Amino acid sequence: MSRTHVTTTVNGDTVEFLCDPEETLLDALRDHLGLTGSKEGCASGDCGACTVKLDGRLVCSCLVLAAESVDRKVETIEGMADGDDLHPLQQKFLEMGALQCGICTPGFLVAAKDLLERNPEPSETQVRYCLAGNLCRCTGYDKIIRAVMETAEDMRGA
Amino acid sequence: MKYEAPDTVEAAVGLLSSAQGTARVLAGGTDLLVQSRAGMVEPDLVVDIKRIAGMDAITEEDGGFRIGAAVSGAQLGEHDGVKAAWPGVVEGVELIGSTQVQGRATMIGNLCNGSPAADSVPAMIAAGATVHVVGPDGSRDVAVEEVVTGPGKLSLSKGELIASVFLPKPEAHSSDAYLRFIPRTEMDIAVVGAGVALTLDDSGTVSAARVALGAVAPTALLVDACAQAIVGTTLDDAALENLAAAASAACNPIDDKRGTIKYRTKVAGVLARRAAVIAKARAGETS
Ligand SMILES: Cc1cc2nc3c(=O)[nH]c(=O)nc-3n(C[C@H](O)[C@H](O)[C@H](O)COP(=O)(O)OP(=O)(O)OC[C@H]3O[C@@H](n4cnc5c(N)ncnc54)[C@H](O)[C@@H]3O)c2cc1C
Ligand code: FES
Ligand code: FES
Repeated sequence: MSRTHVTTTVNGDTVEFLCDPEETLLDALRDHLGLTGSKEGCASGDCGACTVKLDGRLVCSCLVLAAESVDRKVETIEGMADGDDLHPLQQKFLEMGALQCGICTPGFLVAAKDLLERNPEPSETQVRYCLAGNLCRCTGYDKIIRAVMETAEDMRGA
Repeated sequence: MKYEAPDTVEAAVGLLSSAQGTARVLAGGTDLLVQSRAGMVEPDLVVDIKRIAGMDAITEEDGGFRIGAAVSGAQLGEHDGVKAAWPGVVEGVELIGSTQVQGRATMIGNLCNGSPAADSVPAMIAAGATVHVVGPDGSRDVAVEEVVTGPGKLSLSKGELIASVFLPKPEAHSSDAYLRFIPRTEMDIAVVGAGVALTLDDSGTVSAARVALGAVAPTALLVDACAQAIVGTTLDDAALENLAAAASAACNPIDDKRGTIKYRTKVAGVLARRAAVIAKARAGETS
């Protein structure tokens, strides 16, 4: 079986790896690039724990072949904080305890960041719809939704 | 499995035509990758069409819109022209999955997956959409309702792929709507879907209509009897009753955990009726 040589951009850095044709972008991030922030919850597009941005669009990295990512722009949870400075969403999730086991958290953060970039003033209903592809088995969602709403408010004030 | 990402349609057709074993086109992968992971399909060759120039374009053509096979739901939903011309088609596409699924899923993938419950398909059929099929023996345009012949079965031959879908120019005072019923508010498979496109004359009477139903038969259905029930009427209660009855009469659904035969048959009538009312209100607002 021939392996594909992939050169692409992840969080602004050029990266290279070899992958099998069946491997997903999620496999490549975790196993070839050591970026284990993106999680595999279901591997079927349902849970959103593997959420990354691919050329500016939110996608489930479990439903992207690694070989498809040649010369694309991939953004993961690892690129969210600016060095030691957490993104306001990350800070708010910590302060409000919007996580328990944390498996869903990277996906929620990447998706919520995209949501706030597109819509700085979302209604609660919009937040709930936009994040419907991110499942959490622990928190019951309330704190997550509130953390996103409050961050939106803080960021508008800033 | 072999992965290829050709940069021309001809090369893609060449790869598909000469493939040994199971070959599959890869668009957004939101069906294909789930199915191959589950072992439901084991492709020997996957041909990614997203590197083909123009596949991700939405272009105006004869007053309508041609939408490339790599256009995602998210991209379509941002196109004001298509939304204004065919709001029902856009709402059908936007119902597919989550924000993340929308980032990848295509309407042609939705069609070619061949599910009777595919959300964009009744709306495309109601809109009178056609797809542009390219293959080893040339190209042809096919009505959307003629693409799927049974669950997971297509009228495409070996080597053929769909390059684009064309939504025609809407007539004056026309519009469309798509409604689906699912047991929750997001992220589920349609129990019933109904797409209605209609045109009003100057007096507000329906002069033309197309009604399509999803998830109530092995393929999405274009139901002429539904159109006949409302053409020549102002969508008064009697016409809506007749529309609902015609929709229910056309159903040949399965019984499963999502809905019984009786339930799907009833809901098909209700949704067809509601979608017609929405389409009419929208048509009244257009010039
Ligand atoms: C979490 C989740 C939720 C979902 N929710 C919904 C929903 O609510 N409603 C719904 O209808 N669907 C839903 N789906 C199914 C799926 O997302 C849609 O059917 C989607 O539109 C498929 O498009 P795609 O581009 O990803 O197709 P792919 O997976 O790339 O392709 C699907 C099939 O079509 C073939 N194909 C694709 N493009 C072409 C072409 N141009 N020419 C010939 N053959 C082609 C492929 O070979 C494959 O067999 C969901 C999926 C997931 C994972
Ligand atoms: S692991 Fe990708 S959506 Fe669950
Ligand atoms: S915190 Fe455990 S799944 Fe969300």
